Amino acid sequence: MEAVLSVEHLTKKIGARTIVDDVSFEVKAGEIFGFLGPNGAGKTTTIRMLVGLIRPTSGSIVIGGYNLQSDFLQAIKQVGCIVENPELYPYLTGRENLEHFARMIDGIDTKRIEEVVRLVELDKRIDETVKTYSLGMRQRLGIAQALLGDPQLLILDEPTNGLDPAGIRELRAFIRRLSQEQSISIFISSHILYEIQLLCDRVAIISHGKVLKTAPVVQLVGEESKVEWSVDPLPNAVSHLSNLPYIKNVEQLGKERLMVHMPVEKIAETNQLLLSSKIQVSAIRPMNQTLEDIFLEITGGEGIG
Amino acid sequence: MAKLVYNELLKMFRKKRFLVVVLILAVLIPIFTYAQYITVQTTIKQIGTSDWKAILQQQIIDQENRLTSSRVPDEWKKWTRLTIAQEKYYLKNNINPTSPGAPTFVRKFVEEAVALFIPLIVVILAADLVSSEYGNGTIKLLLTRPVARWKVLLSKYLALLLSVSLVMLITGLLSYLISGIIFGYKGWDLPVLTGFIQQGDQLITTQVHLIPQWKYIIFAYGLAWFSALAVGTISFMVSVLVRNTATSMGVMLAAVISGSLLSQLAPTWQSLRYFIFINLRLTDYLAGKPVIISGMSLPFSLAMLSIWSLVAIVIAFVVFSKKDVLN
Ligand SMILES: Nc1ncnc2c1ncn2[C@@H]1O[C@H](COP(=O)(O)OP(=O)(O)O)[C@@H](O)[C@H]1O
Ligand SMILES: [Mg+2]
Repeated sequence: MEAVLSVEHLTKKIGARTIVDDVSFEVKAGEIFGFLGPNGAGKTTTIRMLVGLIRPTSGSIVIGGYNLQSDFLQAIKQVGCIVENPELYPYLTGRENLEHFARMIDGIDTKRIEEVVRLVELDKRIDETVKTYSLGMRQRLGIAQALLGDPQLLILDEPTNGLDPAGIRELRAFIRRLSQEQSISIFISSHILYEIQLLCDRVAIISHGKVLKTAPVVQLVGEESKVEWSVDPLPNAVSHLSNLPYIKNVEQLGKERLMVHMPVEKIAETNQLLLSSKIQVSAIRPMNQTLEDIFLEITGGEGIG
Repeated sequence: MAKLVYNELLKMFRKKRFLVVVLILAVLIPIFTYAQYITVQTTIKQIGTSDWKAILQQQIIDQENRLTSSRVPDEWKKWTRLTIAQEKYYLKNNINPTSPGAPTFVRKFVEEAVALFIPLIVVILAADLVSSEYGNGTIKLLLTRPVARWKVLLSKYLALLLSVSLVMLITGLLSYLISGIIFGYKGWDLPVLTGFIQQGDQLITTQVHLIPQWKYIIFAYGLAWFSALAVGTISFMVSVLVRNTATSMGVMLAAVISGSLLSQLAPTWQSLRYFIFINLRLTDYLAGKPVIISGMSLPFSLAMLSIWSLVAIVIAFVVFSKKDVLN
């Protein structure tokens, strides 16, 4: 598959600090790419470089075949973005905001504006001033603004920040729909593993300005997931489980409980096995993994720190 | 580019910046009109109730008598002749020189407003033009469009030039319309003295002549417009350099007011004349008022305003094109 965005050896130093350190990754056509890292990892700084707001100290950014530094106008045409908060002109209406940005791109007519308004479902409130909008609505108007130029790549920087659970669910559904219906690649940053897990095809994990790992989400999560088992008798279960090839590690938590590092999709199979060996299984609990767990795994115990 | 300028004007209007400026004018001009009215009334009282025409006639006769005397220096004679011509015009056209019409108010208003009032209004328009985009974060959307940064900035500058021009026009119109209610709307053809030349410390009057007031007003507004644009350009640069509107406005107000105060407090401080805001009173050269600091003249002040503005534009464009957007 062709790369819509290709980043090579990207570095940003501010003063003596290296905020983004030799970052490389590719976003392929049509995929949802996650950029996962704790607060202060350098996600926003990377995104600012991707959209030309700040100049990289070194490294290259190629968007849709155009080099961002040498061919800014062509490269930026391929991108729609929201960097940090969806900031729009509060004293203009939603429509006026869109018209304002449409005037900055060639060949955008009122039909296109109508289209994106419908896409983000803001039809009803589009003629009210933005200062009356909720954060969720502003987020959607921000996305509408980003989609105006019909970009190949949509960049969203922690889009769920500040939204309530319902808003987050809604946004997630919207992003998924966008990716399916508009055949657009989406680059989305977050500090919450769960969010990336639910949305993304591939993910790059960043910490202290460095990309630690880039991998398909299923692989990352599959490898590292944990399941808690309550079994009786315990020693029998431990010996059975330890013999299975897909089980990495078995930890004893209490008299009856075991924490097993294993792929979630193997739960049913494992359960069958234990039952047929006359081991009673009274509870199976797949654990929601956290970013911290993955960091522990990748760095071998260093954590987010 | 027209679309970009339209965007900037739209924001300026919708932010109510323009409305604020027009409101300030609409409140202050009646106050100035009233002040002028009081002054006129006081003068009339001092002269007494007698007929102003008789007084003027007597003045003309006195001056003509003095002209015939051979001991009067030539230069003084020329001056007197101009004054007589002016007075005869008043008589012929039935204009009381102590209470002339709205056009005279328009002229006097711009002469007074050029140093402080107009600059302050321009600062209100210009100070947040760029800094507000940084302040509310919209700069991130503005600079991630397929438009070169210098074009974004140029559109803002053009919008500023247009709005400053519009404000000057509105100032003229409002001061005419409002003051006319009290003073009457006549007096465009009134002869006004001009043509003074400043040379070193001396005011040279050999070139002095009379021009109709409408012509004088066009010159005066042209000069005031020029100094307003210079103030606007400096504000514009400050707005690019600082990140929030309050700072930007504070810096500019301090600079403009210091310029106005320093010219009164330290007239012997020679190098002060190279400070841009000392040079705003361009209309004073037209009216032949004594210069603030010796060595100043109309070409000197025009050159100062132009040089400062050019430097400011270069700084603004270079900084804006290079700056990392980090907020
Ligand atoms: N203007 C700046 N000057 C110096 N350091 C900065 C600046 N902006 C951000 N940083 C630092 O860079 C690091 C990365 O910040 P950021 O990219 O915003 O992280 P993230 O978006 O992943 O939370 C942080 O440690 C932050 O303190
Ligand atoms: Mg961030």
